[in-house]
Amino acid sequence: MTDVIVGVMWIVGSSFAFLAAVGVLRMPDVFTRMQASTKASTLGLGCLLIGAALQLADLPSIVRLASIGAFVFLTTPVSAHVIARAAYHADIPLWDGTVLDERRPLTAPERQTNQPEIG
Amino acid sequence: MVEFGTHFALVTLGSAVLIAVVRLVKGPTLPDRVVAMDLIGVLVVGLIVVLAASTSVRATLDAAIVIALIAFVATVAYGTYIERGHPE
Repeated sequence: MTDVIVGVMWIVGSSFAFLAAVGVLRMPDVFTRMQASTKASTLGLGCLLIGAALQLADLPSIVRLASIGAFVFLTTPVSAHVIARAAYHADIPLWDGTVLDERRPLTAPERQTNQPEIG
Repeated sequence: MVEFGTHFALVTLGSAVLIAVVRLVKGPTLPDRVVAMDLIGVLVVGLIVVLAASTSVRATLDAAIVIALIAFVATVAYGTYIERGHPE
């Protein structure tokens, strides 16, 4: 029974991680790539860690796996935020199909083009 | 089932790393490369965890912890570097 759960967890987790990589390859700009990478990779790694904890099933391993999970779950949003902020301030171009950039009127109103009025 | 799961996970994670390397090489900007690098870090942690669990070599879990730590610090350092105005 445990074997089946471990196998399913690893298949699901590695599939999610693969989807994250496909998203990073296929998405049109850095911000959409980042959201594909962070969401799918945390979920994928979570499933892989649960499967490994069920397979190893002793206290030292479970403590290590839980600490990896807690650390990755806490730091992935932080690093995504840091990179998004840095990319935005470095004027990395947005995707052509972007409909709304709410921060542009606050940082550089003179460059505002075709953006709807805020407020 | 766990045999098939192990093989499937190793092949899938390995090809995911290769796809992320394609993005790392193509760019086109530095933040794209940093995102790809961050994803490679998470994927390598996943690979190490699956390998440690399937071979019962528990010592490699510590390596996974260290790689997760270093990937986070590297991403934050690159973010600071980009934000200070060296985008290329």
